[in-house]
Amino acid sequence: MSLRRRPEALDTYAVNTWCPGCGNFGILTAVKRVLKGWEEREALHRLVMVSGIGCHAKIVDYLAVNSFYSIHGRVLPVAMGLKLARPELTVLGHAGDGDAYGEGIAHLIFAAKRNLDLTLVVHNNSVYGLTTGQFTPTSPKGFKGRSTPKGSPETPINPLELMLASGATFVARGYAGRPEHLAGLIEEALKHRGFAFIDVLQPCYTFFNTYEFYNQHVKEIGPEHDPADFEAALHLALQWDYSAREAEIPIGIFYRVEKPLYEEAVRVPEKTPDLSAHIATHHL
Amino acid sequence: MSNFEFSVLFGGRAGDGIRQLGQLWARLLARRGLRVFLYDDYPSLIRGGHNFTVVRAADFPILAHRERINLLVALNEETLQRHQENLLPQGLLLYDSSGGREFSGLGVPWKEIVKELSAPEITRNTAALASAAKLTGIPFEELAATLEKDLPRAREVNLEVARRAYVATPEPRLELPQGAERLPTFFGNEAAALGAVAAGLRLYVAYPMTPASSILHYLAQHAEALGVTVIHPENEIAAVLCALGAAAAGAPAMTGTSGGGFALMVEALSLAGQAELPLLVVESQRPGPSTGVPTYTAQADLDFVTYAGHGEFPRVVLAPGDAEEAFLLAAKGLSLAWSYQVPVILLMDKHVSESLFHQELPLSRVPRVSFRAWEGQGEYQRYAFTEDGVSPLAFPGDPRAVVKVTSYEHDSYGITTEDPEAISRMQEKRLRKGEGLRQALDGPEMVRTEGEGEVALCVWGSGRGAGLEVARRLGLRYVQPLVLEPFPEKTLRARLSGVRRVLVAETNATGQLARRIAALGLKTERILKYDGRPFTVDELERRIKEVLR
Ligand code: SF4
Repeated sequence: MSLRRRPEALDTYAVNTWCPGCGNFGILTAVKRVLKGWEEREALHRLVMVSGIGCHAKIVDYLAVNSFYSIHGRVLPVAMGLKLARPELTVLGHAGDGDAYGEGIAHLIFAAKRNLDLTLVVHNNSVYGLTTGQFTPTSPKGFKGRSTPKGSPETPINPLELMLASGATFVARGYAGRPEHLAGLIEEALKHRGFAFIDVLQPCYTFFNTYEFYNQHVKEIGPEHDPADFEAALHLALQWDYSAREAEIPIGIFYRVEKPLYEEAVRVPEKTPDLSAHIATHHL
Repeated sequence: MSNFEFSVLFGGRAGDGIRQLGQLWARLLARRGLRVFLYDDYPSLIRGGHNFTVVRAADFPILAHRERINLLVALNEETLQRHQENLLPQGLLLYDSSGGREFSGLGVPWKEIVKELSAPEITRNTAALASAAKLTGIPFEELAATLEKDLPRAREVNLEVARRAYVATPEPRLELPQGAERLPTFFGNEAAALGAVAAGLRLYVAYPMTPASSILHYLAQHAEALGVTVIHPENEIAAVLCALGAAAAGAPAMTGTSGGGFALMVEALSLAGQAELPLLVVESQRPGPSTGVPTYTAQADLDFVTYAGHGEFPRVVLAPGDAEEAFLLAAKGLSLAWSYQVPVILLMDKHVSESLFHQELPLSRVPRVSFRAWEGQGEYQRYAFTEDGVSPLAFPGDPRAVVKVTSYEHDSYGITTEDPEAISRMQEKRLRKGEGLRQALDGPEMVRTEGEGEVALCVWGSGRGAGLEVARRLGLRYVQPLVLEPFPEKTLRARLSGVRRVLVAETNATGQLARRIAALGLKTERILKYDGRPFTVDELERRIKEVLR
């Protein structure tokens, strides 16, 4: 038996169990397109994918690459450990919106604040899929899920606004219905030196089918936008607030700047310490 | 062997610099070759409240403090009121006589000296130290040398304060002898940190929590020299997961916390169990439940750490009782974690973590991290089935391997499975490692024993200091398991054979070690203490005599 379905394929023998029509397929297509390039450059073994828990997380089972299938909300601390231990690795995190904006929101804010050299792709379907349809931090107000039969009374979080406020150095939004465009974003995110964040609008075919809404409203950001301009990025992020309101939804790179890397500030070079000397100096 | 010993209690308000005073005194005497032990008692406050530090010195090895005091150094009146009754009949009292205060002891106007020199108020502790040194016949040069080495900040001011107080203090009332051995001093936490470093620690990630915080402080301060990256992340959850991420990348990592923080880490402990990741967690106990009594001591988390985590997976719990053991067991813990790919908990408590020990660390005896590495044959399987349950390791970055680590139940490649047969097989593979651990750890070196008495005194962790000394004094058989999970049943049974009575002393309210020993079919008599304070030699001796009467 081999991990790969076919010798030259990126896919594993794992049977794909996403519902037909799931937006996760679009994200998988985009990721595969990017990884093909890595494979050709023979750099794929330096990549580690980290996922959380939820429908999104199965992506690591479907790809024959290094991975860490972690637990709900904990993608980023695991990714941070990998990166701090071995800075030469490229770490690509995948999280769901429940993962990233619910259970793990503190980790997300701190990842942005730190500017560790990582990429995080959030599969944002605004619903809990694997636990069968509850509202999430980005569900629109009034969302009728199994835990909110009368409609969610909460206003959704706008993750782009949150990430800009937290100091992320790369903030983008993609759409699972446009895998080619998304692949471009992921390429750019992986190239970025620093914390790169992509919120991916991902329709859940079974519990929250948003294809039509997104198809109508999504619009690629044009060259007139300057991603180095924080005010402009924030303005663009506020254009749509993740509600069911009809508005143009920009996708593309909102913000991109260079800042010092966390790992360069904190990482200590490996060495075999001279403990006898240390003890003589500090403990005798 | 002579029997010289000399205990000093320094007391004052929080903010008076009592801890530093105690440490300087301990180092001063250690440099004279006397054996020292330091116990710190302080409330969870930054200013106000009552603080005290006891430094016991002797010309024989000691690992515990006494109730009875030879010299009481009072920086405030409360110290006098609280501790005068502990003063031995021949004992001396040294106090601050500034403002004309008078008590039946020796007054030196420390506050006035500090004022006259316009020195910072905190240097009153240096003045008190100088008076104690003068009174016990320590030459000023020795005092100055210690101040210069251990108090490099504001050196001139402190030296000046010390000189004035030294002159103002009456002539020596007794001579402290010179001891034979000059050994280094370590807090338990420092020794544990160094043990992990000696074994190959690369990353320490921890969120501050008393009494584990000083591991974080110590490693952060010496990070470059020790070659360890030290991170203080957003919370305990991030700390432990970051350590797991590092382990998955091949870097030996450790985290440290106390009970409440460990509670937050339990989710990740299960992950370590399922994903078979090496992890060393220091859990330094304090009295609980919940926030409990944050700056005091207890041994009440043994049941918790032994059973923490959902699901069934092997783990190791090690409990050091002094600095030497903290050093050895931290190293052993990290190395076991890597040999077996399991989580290891180093269970300390405030009394081991924050007491100062005067011991040599066995640098040459520590194990270094090693692991079964994948040899590159065939296709890599992260969870390959083996006879002992340990799968060879490869790490991301190896062009020959695809490494899949996972929290889900999985097959040998690390791909999710829900197949009943595969689930049982993988569960059995993990549990097989428990068998290996049992064999490796149920041996004579993991149960410290001394003496042949028919009455045994069993202790664990910080019970060592007072326990060992009292056992020697009363001729009891001393038994201390260093490993508590897997519980060393075979060795303990052997160590306790021929024993008429089994006394178990521990600082918790229900007898957590006693229960484990009782489960071996032995009748135990419990000596428990749960007021947040450790046993002193005197108290333990008294309590044992009551039981034996
Ligand atoms: S439940 Fe929704 S998110 Fe999950 S696989 Fe089905 S369609 Fe996709």
